[in-house]
Amino acid sequence: MQIDLTVNGKRTSLDVEPRLLLAHALRDYLNLTGTHIGCDTSSCGACTVLLDGVSVKSCTVFAVQASGHEVTTIEGIGNADALHPMQEAFWSAHGLQCGYCTTGMIVSAVDLLRRNADPSDDEIRAGLEGNLCRCTGYENIVKAVRAAGKAMRDGAERRSVRELMPLHPPAEEPPPSGEAIIPPQLQEVEV
Amino acid sequence: MAFTAMVGARIRRREDPRLITGRATYVDDVKQVGTVYAAFVRSPYGHAKILGVDTAQAKADPRALAVYTGDDLHHAHGVKSSLPVAHKMPDLKTPPHYMLALDEVRFVGEAVAVVVASTPYAARDLAELVTVEYEELPAVVDMEKAIAGPPYVHDALGTNVAYVFPFSAGDPDTAFAEADVTLKQRIVNQRVAPVPIEPRSMVANYDAGMQQLTIYSATQIPHLLRTQLAVVLGLPENRIRAIAPEVGGGFGAKLNVYAEEAVVSWVAMQLERPVKYIETRSECFQAMIHGRDQIDDLEIAAKRDGTITGLRLKITANMGAYHQLLTPVIPTLTVLMAPGCYDIKNIQAECVGVFTNTMSTDAYRGAGRPEATFFIERAIDIVAQKLNLDPADVRRKNFISGTFPHTTATGLTYDSGDYENTMEKALKLADYAGLRKQQEALRKQGRYLGIGLSTYVEVCGMGPSAAMPAAGWDSATIRVEPTGSVTVLTGISPHGQGEETTFAQIVADELGVPIDQVTVVHGDTDKVQYGVGTFGSRGTAVGGAALKLAIETIQAKAIKIAAHQWEANPDDLEYRDGKIGVRGDPSKSMTTAEAGFLAFMGDKLPPGLEPGLDATRRFEPPNFVFPFGTHVCVVEVDAQTGQVKVVKYFAVDDCGRLLNPMIVEGQVHGGIAQGLAQALFEEVVYDENGQLLTGTLMDYAVPHAEQVPHYELDHTVTGTTVNPLGIKGVGEAGTIGSTPAVANAVIDALAPFGVTHIDMPLRPEKLWAAMQPKPNGSVR
Repeated sequence: MQIDLTVNGKRTSLDVEPRLLLAHALRDYLNLTGTHIGCDTSSCGACTVLLDGVSVKSCTVFAVQASGHEVTTIEGIGNADALHPMQEAFWSAHGLQCGYCTTGMIVSAVDLLRRNADPSDDEIRAGLEGNLCRCTGYENIVKAVRAAGKAMRDGAERRSVRELMPLHPPAEEPPPSGEAIIPPQLQEVEV
Repeated sequence: MAFTAMVGARIRRREDPRLITGRATYVDDVKQVGTVYAAFVRSPYGHAKILGVDTAQAKADPRALAVYTGDDLHHAHGVKSSLPVAHKMPDLKTPPHYMLALDEVRFVGEAVAVVVASTPYAARDLAELVTVEYEELPAVVDMEKAIAGPPYVHDALGTNVAYVFPFSAGDPDTAFAEADVTLKQRIVNQRVAPVPIEPRSMVANYDAGMQQLTIYSATQIPHLLRTQLAVVLGLPENRIRAIAPEVGGGFGAKLNVYAEEAVVSWVAMQLERPVKYIETRSECFQAMIHGRDQIDDLEIAAKRDGTITGLRLKITANMGAYHQLLTPVIPTLTVLMAPGCYDIKNIQAECVGVFTNTMSTDAYRGAGRPEATFFIERAIDIVAQKLNLDPADVRRKNFISGTFPHTTATGLTYDSGDYENTMEKALKLADYAGLRKQQEALRKQGRYLGIGLSTYVEVCGMGPSAAMPAAGWDSATIRVEPTGSVTVLTGISPHGQGEETTFAQIVADELGVPIDQVTVVHGDTDKVQYGVGTFGSRGTAVGGAALKLAIETIQAKAIKIAAHQWEANPDDLEYRDGKIGVRGDPSKSMTTAEAGFLAFMGDKLPPGLEPGLDATRRFEPPNFVFPFGTHVCVVEVDAQTGQVKVVKYFAVDDCGRLLNPMIVEGQVHGGIAQGLAQALFEEVVYDENGQLLTGTLMDYAVPHAEQVPHYELDHTVTGTTVNPLGIKGVGEAGTIGSTPAVANAVIDALAPFGVTHIDMPLRPEKLWAAMQPKPNGSVR
């Protein structure tokens, strides 16, 4: 079947099997492999993308259902030259380890903030209930979403990886131990 | 040590830009021209005889590129070898474990045939067209029934007992005869599934011209995979390249060599095309290793003051149907860690490994140690409850104190520890005394707060080769490139642990190189010298130690180069703040990059010194390392519903020096969540026929963000001399420490109901039932 999609702002036409899942269309036809697949029951959320701005699990949407609609994948959320504040926050708060759930988690979190610009920690946890992470215990994911929310409410500019590498700026809040671990040499080099 | 700025800092991870932007390359993202796709036909029975496999319909489909059965593979093509199990146990029963089942299937999900098509969807269709005729055989799932047998999982063995490992130290009989109290408790450590969010994934290609097999696999052990594939497939090892690209979590489950990896490699050799196989989550639940699954029968001898004087232990450990790479070894670690951080001198133990018609168990985050920590930490609380003592006091009474290294009754030598110190810090952080008061007050209102402690020690930094089923060392190469950047090739294979960052931090400090000039390469056997891999909390403790040795070699050579330039005696030179300088003379300095350039040019080197500035070193650990800590969990159990709410969670861990505290904390957070999930939610369930009842993420309860608490962390730092970095591993500590803390908290909450133990997972229905009045009106 012929379908027309707008993916990350670009219009594209594909000839697909009716049963082809959107996740596979993105990964296998458009080479947007940042959308990951972690289960077969719509449970894990690794495949989350935005469909007309609203988060969906792309393993539960047929590609044909997305025809005529706009899809935003993690690649369209931001890139190394202009990170979305959510991407930057995940990086700064160490909200990821293996990275496999991360792309879907970031997309879900972007949608969460669209619906609620200033969520409480409990609301963040509830809002991400469709996304599983096995590495982080969610602690730093919650922290990242909170930080991204603040940055977005403050109208933060997008920054590049180059601007942010290699040094970590002083944390906005002290580390949980309350101990100053960042040596003075680094604190001076705030970017 | 010369560490100055980077080490100890919360550096943003260098691996993250590609991960947060969706530009990382996991196995399924590897695209090769002409790739074809495999799908497996798997057993729907726990135990059955294969009467026939009809592949005609699948082969007749125009989309079919190949269909192979066990018979094709093992008979027609003569692949005779069994999948590997690494062990040093003399009497272990090792039944054959073929890549594709031959005459019998022994667990649900065992691979019977493989089909190949040009798209993954077509491959799945074709797998449906293969008809296998089975004769169902009696299955055995319950370990005690299996020991009594028949039926036998492997008839040829005439038993389901894979091995018996006895152990005795001190004089347990006298300890029990002279005890003030003796207590018995059966503790079931349920089977759980690792569930990395990336399932098993692999793509193999065979270059017939070069006779070179390349496999990309989501593995923690690319080199060991290469070695084992060479054995299983009968290929020269140097004709195999194993690549672990980005790997989406492992937790021990990817510390293995799976039938599918061998089959896909073999199929690629037959077809001379890239063959990709990405398992579904359902397949992952069936055929990726599971963890835990022990019955631990415990007897404790104690004095009235809470001193534990003896321990008798019977461990019945489920192997599953076959041995995977380390299956039989894991429960032996439980025996070794049985005394935990307590000075228990009299121990009698027996560990029995049992075959059942289930998927194999193997290393899952903690691997044998969580089981030990769980029962000994439960035992402490059971003793405290029986003697009406505070569980913290019973711990104080029994802690190993005095000097380290300390040799335990089970023969391990704990490198260093200060268990009371971490516990006191944790109790203070949690306001333990205040919590106890609050608990008492709430109980009067009919609210059930529970406070659980866990004071763990674990063995990791795996490990001295003499004590490992296979090599325990690891390796590092450092190359100072002509233009001054520094390449690190590490033998470990990180998949989320962040060593691209921590190793770069170490190199930046020690060799004075800007961190963005350091690149850490891993996970490719054609790029990196042999290394053992990432597991057993060894990556930094062993691989990082090898890196430190390589740094020392580089520094020594750079000093010789500088000395020749300055016409100085090398003995008068030193590395200072990452630069070469003359002792006592701050006016002269040379950077590592400058020395590297001279080494490359080659014309200004001292006589006899080879050009180039690079070094490969291997670190053989003289001992394991033994991180420790105290976790305090506070729960409230709803008397109406049995629902557990984790109110607070505190962890004070000691893993030695912290190279990057942010990464250490991340490891602890994730570990706690996984251990907490075992205590409260997760359980792999087979029915009596060996049918897997928890086969998807709809039935198997991996926790969501809402189901875990905020964790408050702190740490103490007690060094170690086992490695030159003074660090201990931290990958598994959280998992090991948290499960008993949570379980102890829940059972403490239920103490007013006379509850002394409930087996995990502590789900609401069990707790609710335990809180109901007994028929005679009393509570249970």
